Amino acid sequence: MILARVTGTLVATQKNRKLEGAKLLIVQPLTLEDTPRGPELLAVDGVGAGVHEKVLIVLEGRAASDAIGKKAAPVDAAIVGIVDTVDLP
Amino acid sequence: MQLGRVVGNVVLTMKNDTLDGVKLLLVQPMSSAREPFGRVIVAADSVGAGIGEDVFFVRGKEASFPFYPTEVPADAGIVGIVDSWHIG
Repeated sequence: MILARVTGTLVATQKNRKLEGAKLLIVQPLTLEDTPRGPELLAVDGVGAGVHEKVLIVLEGRAASDAIGKKAAPVDAAIVGIVDTVDLP
Repeated sequence: MQLGRVVGNVVLTMKNDTLDGVKLLLVQPMSSAREPFGRVIVAADSVGAGIGEDVFFVRGKEASFPFYPTEVPADAGIVGIVDSWHIG
């Protein structure tokens, strides 16, 4: 799993039927110092996250599919948590 | 998933039988600022996308899920056509 920040929302009418009802968010992966790392991703939202929030993303198909309560949905990234704090002693 | 733009298509005569009827498109991954990044990839299309359209695609074995029960040997697949997005 990775940490990322939600930067935007996306609208797509024509999509795979397993994605109907799923919220698609644009997220920017972060380093532990909260700086952007690598390209943006699109993730389905399983927890009701919003723009600007720091989130936990799972990058695996089955887990991502489970996160939106679907079986075998064609997704590879899902938001599975909203991060309160990250402690790095 | 990632944002991308369809920039072309690929035609194959000799191919794996399970790829029969599957449209293969060239997709340039891009950022939300429409800046291209990385290499153009070949993706299996299951939503009827066309050249010039903004799409989002999935990587990995999930790319074959839209074709279930046919097990299409694809590692990238277009799963949606983007209407719009909003940053911030």
